[in-house]
Amino acid sequence: MSGDGLKTFPEWVVCEHCDSVYQRVALANGQVARCERCLALLYRASSLDTERWLALTIAAAIMFMIANLCPVVRISLQGLHNEATLWQSAAALAHGPAAPIAVPAALSIIVVPFLQIALLGWILVFARRKRRAPGFATAMRMLVVLRPWSMVEVCMLGLLVAIIKLSSFMEVAPGPGIWAMAVLMILITIIANRDIHWLWEMVEVEPPQPESQA
Amino acid sequence: MSLPPRAHQLHVLACHACGMVLEDALDSTGHGRCPRCTAVLHRRRPNSIARAWALLIAGLLFYIPANVLPVMFTSRLGSGSDNTILQGVIEFWHGGSYGVALVIFIASVVVPCSKFVILGLLLITVQRRSAWARRERARLYRLVELVGYWSMLDVLVVAIVAALVKFQSLSDIEPRSGILFFGMVVILTMLSAMQFDPRLIWDSEDT
Repeated sequence: MSGDGLKTFPEWVVCEHCDSVYQRVALANGQVARCERCLALLYRASSLDTERWLALTIAAAIMFMIANLCPVVRISLQGLHNEATLWQSAAALAHGPAAPIAVPAALSIIVVPFLQIALLGWILVFARRKRRAPGFATAMRMLVVLRPWSMVEVCMLGLLVAIIKLSSFMEVAPGPGIWAMAVLMILITIIANRDIHWLWEMVEVEPPQPESQA
Repeated sequence: MSLPPRAHQLHVLACHACGMVLEDALDSTGHGRCPRCTAVLHRRRPNSIARAWALLIAGLLFYIPANVLPVMFTSRLGSGSDNTILQGVIEFWHGGSYGVALVIFIASVVVPCSKFVILGLLLITVQRRSAWARRERARLYRLVELVGYWSMLDVLVVAIVAALVKFQSLSDIEPRSGILFFGMVVILTMLSAMQFDPRLIWDSEDT
């Protein structure tokens, strides 16, 4: 690998927004480090250990399942009823002239949140034993790429707007999925919108010794 | 107050994927890879300005059909009508839902338009190596990154109502091609913002 033999500076941090170089300092709980040049956030103190992080990730996985299996909205009009799940909503775009947009819609509200939860869960199960999960580097890089495309909170607002829009000419009731969606929105913000850089350092240990050492 | 040194002054660079700070040996090794996460290393995002411009202009062009073409077809008791994004906003406003009208107006008109203006401004000032209001421009870029994806709102609203209202002759809602163009505008402008490298704002400091 061509990268081998490069000198590294683990105690330094470089601002992503302007390339200013700083010494990493330990922060007290709730503190944040800001760049002096461009005022961007450099890093923040992590108030979440891996145990709690994993627990919240599992909670998010359960909420994700409920939000996807149960209908999110129910409507009725003159004795006729209908309901829709998230998947049906994305699939509804696939019919008609706007069909291609169904793909990014399904990605942003279903596939990307699912991948975020799955990858984080995978990483954290190993990280709590101070180990690197198989595929750790790929999973960490994927989490960085996925983050801007996760739109659970936009979907939540979309559900509220849709309910108000339809309630002017039919009866609309929230389905069980919408409550799970609301909780998922909060959980995914906590677990996925945080600084994951320090996972690299935390699990950056010697490869685990074989346990059957004589 | 003296500002901290920048990466190139110390001959280091940071991996864009994992943040690791490394000795800058790109000149001797060419395409280096991060020893920690194996991502390709570069000092600046490659072809940042050209790619950001291309995506931004494509987004701007798609914004025209996104507003002119209907995004949704609504039929009630046999009489149907096509609706554009702005007609949807006006309908909410006349119905007395001022808050919802405002939310949709911000997400579908204010946010995309300010993205065009801000990204265009950032690209032009960076190309002219301007020293004007660097901190404010850096902040504008972070604002674009923060609010950009909320424009997907309209796409998701159309998806949800189209999935729900399926009562054949009684009432029916179908997506129309405008929403495809609008979704493309959101995706293209997000990609444009990701291609733009905010470090370029500060690169004219040394000259």
